[in-house]
Amino acid sequence: METAQETIQQTGAKAETSKTLFKGTGSQVLLNGLIEEGVTTIFGYPGGAIMPIYDALYDYADKLEHILVRHEQGGIHAAQGFARASGKVGVCFATSGPGATNLVTGLADAQIDSTPLVCITGQVFAHLLGTDAFQETDVINITTPVTKWNYQVTDAKEIQEVLAKAFYIAKSGRPGPVLIDITKNAQIQLEEFPEYVKCNHIRSYRPKPKVRVEYIEQAAELINGAKKPFVLFGQGVILGKAEKEFKAFIEKAGIPAAWTIMGEGAIPTAHPLNVGMLGMHGNYGPNVLTNEADVIIAIGMRFDDRVTGRLDKYAKQAKIVHLDIDPAEIDKNVKAEVGVWGDCKETLPLLTNLVNENKHEEWLAKFRQYNQEEIDQVITPELYPTSDEMTMGEVLRNINEICGGEAVIVTDVGQHQMVACRYAKFNNTRSNITSGGLGTMGFGLPAAIGAKYGAPDKTVIAIIGDGGFQMTPQELGTIMQFGAAVKILILNNRFLGMVRQWQQLFHDKRYSFVNITSPDFVALAKSYYIEAAKVDERANLRQALETMINHEGSYLLEVMVGRENNVFPMVPQGMSVSEIRLK
Amino acid sequence: MSTQNTLEHKIDKADLEGKQEYTITVYAENRIGLLNRIAIIFSKRKINIESLNTSPSEIDGIHRFNIVIHESYEVLRKLARQIEKQIEVLKVYFNTNDEIIWQELALYKVSTDEIAEKVTVERLLRQYGASAVVIRKDYTVFAVTGHREETDALVKALEPYELIEFVRSARVAIIKDSAGFHEKLKEFEAFEPGEELVENEFLEKGEKIFTM
Repeated sequence: METAQETIQQTGAKAETSKTLFKGTGSQVLLNGLIEEGVTTIFGYPGGAIMPIYDALYDYADKLEHILVRHEQGGIHAAQGFARASGKVGVCFATSGPGATNLVTGLADAQIDSTPLVCITGQVFAHLLGTDAFQETDVINITTPVTKWNYQVTDAKEIQEVLAKAFYIAKSGRPGPVLIDITKNAQIQLEEFPEYVKCNHIRSYRPKPKVRVEYIEQAAELINGAKKPFVLFGQGVILGKAEKEFKAFIEKAGIPAAWTIMGEGAIPTAHPLNVGMLGMHGNYGPNVLTNEADVIIAIGMRFDDRVTGRLDKYAKQAKIVHLDIDPAEIDKNVKAEVGVWGDCKETLPLLTNLVNENKHEEWLAKFRQYNQEEIDQVITPELYPTSDEMTMGEVLRNINEICGGEAVIVTDVGQHQMVACRYAKFNNTRSNITSGGLGTMGFGLPAAIGAKYGAPDKTVIAIIGDGGFQMTPQELGTIMQFGAAVKILILNNRFLGMVRQWQQLFHDKRYSFVNITSPDFVALAKSYYIEAAKVDERANLRQALETMINHEGSYLLEVMVGRENNVFPMVPQGMSVSEIRLK
Repeated sequence: MSTQNTLEHKIDKADLEGKQEYTITVYAENRIGLLNRIAIIFSKRKINIESLNTSPSEIDGIHRFNIVIHESYEVLRKLARQIEKQIEVLKVYFNTNDEIIWQELALYKVSTDEIAEKVTVERLLRQYGASAVVIRKDYTVFAVTGHREETDALVKALEPYELIEFVRSARVAIIKDSAGFHEKLKEFEAFEPGEELVENEFLEKGEKIFTM
């Protein structure tokens, strides 16, 4: 087959194949390939065009665990949660047409948050392509902008090479989602297949740029000359599995380090050089001092607008050193004085070697000063409120006290997300799972299910608002059937809180369609045979949280929090990070 | 790559921010769907593609796209990196018009009677270096190869004489200072990128960079 040969050529995989041929269908060889790639868990939903694959899956139950979700969006978010918690590639299955289009939100989310996924979609028979056949959609074109790579397989002989490429592309370099669309005829096609060969090279693809020592030297020189150096780190540290290297770097150079929400947990919350969160709802010191630092070292982060605020007033006094694996990120939003291209797992140790040991006591003291101000004005009132109404912050404080920073916390999107990221304590990497770049409401519950499969020994707590929970509540059914022991914590303020906060602050309190009502969440959970409780008084909060966390199996706890609490500090949109408001 | 070493490309502030015509050259695998992947990089940013041509390159199996857009250097650099990020793309260059040799082909259908009767038309055609491709009783088709201004000028000149139909091809361009892609391809095919493969070209060249 011409296409198959071409793929072999492109992957650089050895063309000589072993004599042990496997005779079977495209579907079987696909599942064999997944096993070869180390896949254990698949999140999926069957349908007409993917039936041959599901038929084959029937015989693989001992090797591949398939979690039947309740909606394909839930399936892909679960795969994302799995990938984020485990560091492996998440896998999901969907059928053609609506099954495939339901993946789009998850693909966009995984693309912007660099999550490695391989999604397999069924497609109508190749001879029906373009005929508007039943459940035919142009999945390849729909998903092109939201995938790192995608490919339509119309011949079973392509499956092995394409699958090998898909896994290699998804997890190498800057990770991302890959989609393979397989026509039904290829799934049922009977062939003799060679041994599966993993892909480790594609000639047109450079997963990571070659590290250039001269830029490391220039970066070190800037850092060594700096009086007020400041490290900003993102998920790149976690994706590069460079947490140790990162810690060694900041400890030797004695540089305060602040995180984007995607980078949270790369070093423990309690680390003395961890000065907190960047961006719109980040900490006071990191935001204000961004505009005082003389050298900013950005590591595996991409200067998102939620981090930078107004760009023309962002760190204009600072020289920027930017470490990133993706060349397209350097100079994209913020111009770098020195761009260090490469995998931070490789570049950080080189940089650590060249930087002087330092302490920067005075500079660090400035962060502590600002922190104290934030503690007095914002944090203490949030964590130890004096009013009768409960705050989201005090719920997080209790969780920290109970779990001691060991839990995996999955959040949805909105006020509770910002509060959770601000106040949750993390001892371990891959513990904070949230929809950062896309801000996908409805992400929390399915992602938490996936995270539990990805980190089965951890306590997984899904913190979700009353709005976001109502976007994907159907996944309670998945928990019911497969028993993922997810702790679901709904922080209910009876508003779409973040939008309401903006309407209050910037739209003259014109509360336009943010007043959302909720079902009886406890009854809903119980209808799915999930234990549940509701707390509306502070006196019962601690006990209720302990019950939830210590409960064997899944549990839903609804906590009624203050209706019109706002998340502060806040950098209003269009303002500079140094104009951050404490109230 | 010799392209970078020999090129003296001055960039001042006006060049960085001011819009001008750039020709992007993309070396890529010949794969279904790649054109769409590249096109949406422009449409996502609401940038109009003035001209787009895909063709084989000097290397068997590797395709070459020429894309013309009117944008600033800063925007071009970002676009080029986004294109180069695509899995099937090997390399992206972008050049101003004085760095390339380029041509476009235009066809003009005019009434044969008009030409036969009016000497001026014939003179016009000579003047513009047109050649007759088809001559029929009712119409004649002329072809002109050249720069946009040249083919445009003939359209204007023919307007009074019943220009029945006009079409112009996309731009094809050769980079003056390019040594071709054969050497580069060897580096790409190597499993371990060699010393030669300088991915950080932009930073290395500082002010003199013209490709990414």
